[in-house]
Amino acid sequence: MLQLEIDGKQIEVPEGSTVMDAARQIGTFIPHFCYHKKLSIAASCRMCLVQVEKAPKPMPACATPVTNGMKVMTRSEVAVKAQKDVMEFLLINHPLDCPICDQGGECQLQDLSVGYGGMASRYQEEKRVVVNKNLGPLVSTDMTRCIHCTRCVRFTAEIGGFQEMGQAFRNEHAEIMPFIESTVDTELSGNIIDLCPVGALTSKPFRFSARAWEMSRRKSVSPHDGLGSNLVVQTKLDRVKRVLPLENEDVNECWLSDKDRFSYEGLTAEDRITRPMIKEGGQWREVDWHTALEFAAKAVKGAAAEHGAASLGALASPHSTLEELYLLQKLVRGLGCDNVDFRLRQSDFSADGKRMGVPWLGMKIAQIPKLDRVLVVGSFLRKDHPLLALRLRQAARKGTQVSVIHPTRDALFMPLAARAVVAPDQMVGTLAQVAQALAGIKGVALDASVPAVTVGDEAKKMAESLASGANGAVFLGNLAQQHACASTLHFLAEEISRVGGLTLGFLGEAANSVGGYLAGALPAVDGLNAARMLAEPRKAYVVLGAEPELDCADGAQALAAMEAAQAVIVLSPFKGRATEYASVILPVAPFTETSGTFVNTEGRVQSFNAVVRPLDETRPGWKVLRVLGNLLGHSGFDYDSSEAVRHDLLGESAEVSSKLSNGLSRIAVTLKPAAAGLQRVADVPIHFADSLVRRAESLQKTKDARPPMAAMNAATLAGLGLSAGDKVKVKQGAGVAVLSAALDDTIAAGCVRVSAAHPTTCGLGAGEITVERV
Amino acid sequence: MTIQSIILAGLDGDRSWRLADYVQRGGYEALKKILAQKMTPDEVIAELKKSSLRGRGGAGFPTGLKWSFMPKNYVGDKYVVCNTDEGEPGTFKDRDIMRYNPHMVIEGMIIAGYAMGAGTGYNYIHGEIFDLYLRFEEALEEARAAGFLGSDILGSGFSFNLHAHHGYGAYICGEETALLESIEGKKGQPRYKPPFPASFGLYGKPTTINNTETFAAVPWIINNGGEKYLEAGKPNNGGTKIFSVSGHVNRPGVYEVAMGTPFATLLEMCGGMRGGRKLKACIPGGSSAPVLPADIMMDCTLDYDSISKAGSMLGSGAVIIMDETVCMVKALERLSYFYHEESCGQCTPCREGTGWMYRVVHRIEHGLGRPEDLDLLTSVADNICGRTICALGDAAAFPVKSFVKHFRSEFEYHIENKKCLVPPDVQRSGSDFFVAGKN
Repeated sequence: MLQLEIDGKQIEVPEGSTVMDAARQIGTFIPHFCYHKKLSIAASCRMCLVQVEKAPKPMPACATPVTNGMKVMTRSEVAVKAQKDVMEFLLINHPLDCPICDQGGECQLQDLSVGYGGMASRYQEEKRVVVNKNLGPLVSTDMTRCIHCTRCVRFTAEIGGFQEMGQAFRNEHAEIMPFIESTVDTELSGNIIDLCPVGALTSKPFRFSARAWEMSRRKSVSPHDGLGSNLVVQTKLDRVKRVLPLENEDVNECWLSDKDRFSYEGLTAEDRITRPMIKEGGQWREVDWHTALEFAAKAVKGAAAEHGAASLGALASPHSTLEELYLLQKLVRGLGCDNVDFRLRQSDFSADGKRMGVPWLGMKIAQIPKLDRVLVVGSFLRKDHPLLALRLRQAARKGTQVSVIHPTRDALFMPLAARAVVAPDQMVGTLAQVAQALAGIKGVALDASVPAVTVGDEAKKMAESLASGANGAVFLGNLAQQHACASTLHFLAEEISRVGGLTLGFLGEAANSVGGYLAGALPAVDGLNAARMLAEPRKAYVVLGAEPELDCADGAQALAAMEAAQAVIVLSPFKGRATEYASVILPVAPFTETSGTFVNTEGRVQSFNAVVRPLDETRPGWKVLRVLGNLLGHSGFDYDSSEAVRHDLLGESAEVSSKLSNGLSRIAVTLKPAAAGLQRVADVPIHFADSLVRRAESLQKTKDARPPMAAMNAATLAGLGLSAGDKVKVKQGAGVAVLSAALDDTIAAGCVRVSAAHPTTCGLGAGEITVERV
Repeated sequence: MTIQSIILAGLDGDRSWRLADYVQRGGYEALKKILAQKMTPDEVIAELKKSSLRGRGGAGFPTGLKWSFMPKNYVGDKYVVCNTDEGEPGTFKDRDIMRYNPHMVIEGMIIAGYAMGAGTGYNYIHGEIFDLYLRFEEALEEARAAGFLGSDILGSGFSFNLHAHHGYGAYICGEETALLESIEGKKGQPRYKPPFPASFGLYGKPTTINNTETFAAVPWIINNGGEKYLEAGKPNNGGTKIFSVSGHVNRPGVYEVAMGTPFATLLEMCGGMRGGRKLKACIPGGSSAPVLPADIMMDCTLDYDSISKAGSMLGSGAVIIMDETVCMVKALERLSYFYHEESCGQCTPCREGTGWMYRVVHRIEHGLGRPEDLDLLTSVADNICGRTICALGDAAAFPVKSFVKHFRSEFEYHIENKKCLVPPDVQRSGSDFFVAGKN
């Protein structure tokens, strides 16, 4: 520990601290622009100059290491003079037109210029003008305002992992820009808007639509990926204007993925439904809530009476709130039916009944950086879990060895210890190899159900890496969870964890992937799971928040089941294709208009309130389900708040950790020979993963939202006699899609990558896939 | 006997840059001596400390001391880097060392590598003297072929590899940490120090950077002893120094003289003032050194201490001579433009301030000056000084401050009368360029 004095206050700081660290520790504010706690030190803005005793000149607090006995004066005449002089320099070429700048009112330069700027400028010469840059559909530029702090540059290089911005040219002609003809395309790009201390980088979707001081700031939780990023939703006149991160070091730190940040645009999508609608005589008409709910209750009751309770089915989006999921399963079970599920993209349910608890991350998110060995199985890590990938990247850069088993060689922007790019059906075998190699190194026997395999080089490297650590983990990603042999992968991962002394974790697919289990929104006794409910069509469905054709593992089958049903009750904020198959559409509130709870992948129970009033006749889903329960004559539907629903489910403490476990009893592992034909690698593109983000206009213009193609590596393409750009007919199950073939050498041999969850590919079924020239 | 010439001695042959010529002049004897006598690195450094050799790039930091900063028991690569990124207006001495005596630099660097336990060296050569980069590559080939470079040098077990690297002409790459960034393939921008290169240098490894002339002085010191070198100059200012003299003298050029030589003697060696005109001012150490008026300059001797006492810097030894035909406003305008253009744009005071100063001086020169401009200029220069990451900010501010200080009346005349104190035809007469028939 080092002793120092700042402005007369004695403090003690750890070795290696800077003066800025020490000042922050005691709450002393030193003005700064380029310094940011999460980024490397640039020491270039010079705003944080302070006086240090015995130093001949003022020192930058951000870059000056503390020495024992140091005396720092942050408010002395010398320090303040230096700070004011730097402020004068910063302002000479900066436009002094705050009233027309989008950053006005929330600008660090504006704020600090109040304290450190002059009343008038001594600069009477020409000012610099810089041509704006195209950074893509999300970030707007006003580069004349740039003060060259390089926070955006450092963010892309250090946090995003891939330097997308840089400073070109010299002197005052220096310009911050992306690479020529490139835009900023990572899934984290929106963070540079927050980082920019001036109005050079602003939000394109939000631009000029409200002033910082006109908006209310309300806390919320992201409804998208399994992380549950904490949000500040800014609203004006009961409309969401934009979304910013709410700093939470344990969850999202100070970052947001672009999906979390810009999905709010979907709230005002064209097909948003705001009044209940029923279909009578083939005609849709708007009705009042009472009529619609009566209609829905009658339809459900009618089907149950006519065909038995088992003829019903309830499908819920895992992006629904905990309260909605709980009430939905309670409603269905009240009718004597066990057919309810929220795991819509899952295809292998053989682990049901063998799980020892709710699958979860296996640790706290904040523990990820402390891991020294990690094996990630089947994950489009950057796109499925942008901020978890960010944490893992920081760890990998500091020495954590990360290995990956996955059918594609996606750019993860982190160093990898080993990587196996294998077809989906070979993932089981590869994992078995790792298990065997690791068991060999550790001298621990594997479970008898794991067959002996020949260990390949990559698997051996992975096992050696895992064996050499002290604090390792195996993570199963979305692809592993949606895999046709998901339970086998789970079991093998558990074996690897057991023999290697590692932690097993699931990277939760959606906002309530843990919550759905807690809510009991899955079959408990003899009910049908999501796949069977569609494979064995029901007479009536209740669909909560989902668009079955896009959100289910087999979209074609889901659509057919919906179309064939005699009644489909859809609770959703959006019409989508529901008008084609539903009997009644009940407009329920998206996350901004309802209170509720998401339980994130680490089991953190995060409740939130509505940030705006429900649009028009929209109502919170939990209220709709409550009334529906009443109308069906169920008891126990008398909740007067969403908190009451949560209390009913989780108790007062909302403590869920005892329910979490990734344990699985034995599953027989069978290794299949490599499939003869093509295999599909179906990723769920980041901006198509749920009904809200699908409708976010600006996100839909990004490179991540480009329409799916039939992408294959060169050998696979050539084997099919195709070349990139050919129009091809892709057939899977009963479905057909016409796409362009694309060359992508990151994909395992014998595989074709056809993204799911997109209108052009949702007609495809499951199983074998063929690709042929049109 | 006074020694006047060490580095430039004996370069009269027509192939002085060739290995054979260098060896004939006693080249590589210092290296052989070290290896044959098995001098320890500490002994080599002790010799340098005795010599009082100070960095010839401008800062004048004691070389022996600098070399002793390199961590001794470091496991891993260490580097020796030579700074031949000579780009300051008025400075052209390293160019001639490289042109006529490259092997002396090579030998100095090998000895440096030996003394600091570095296995690899780089010579970063200014991009605008590309022909000398090529010549240096040839010299390296010769040295490698002769066994002076590479692994197991002269059978001693000591290995040292040396590479040439050329820049693209940015002045800032002469700043040692910007130079390192540039070698690493990045944009040449100075790093914030600490950490200093001795602990975190090239590729994050311990690195020592010295000027070309500094390395070139090393073999002589080893051959003749540090004390002899010190005696050649004056206390605390050992040896000789090469001066690049430009401006209004009859024989501008590169002159090596003993430290402590009176300025008047150098002026004489250069053939005196051109056309017999009077000395008006002199920048003694490259364009970043404060200008000195004639009377102060004539009393100086050429060494670090004397010039520093007079209020300027010996710097790189680039002596810019200005006679009475010079308009000081125009001269400053040109210098300010240089620093404005060459600022790397990284830190605020230099990026913004250099342009501000240039524009104000430009205005004054063009008859648009205002009475308050002189105080403004001084104030802006003061606000840059000591507030920047590297010394370029100071380098840009010193000329402004010193020109305004010493020649304030000339600036005031400009502002008041919207024209120059020195009539245009007089200004033109000072330059050969305008003499009829010559160009």
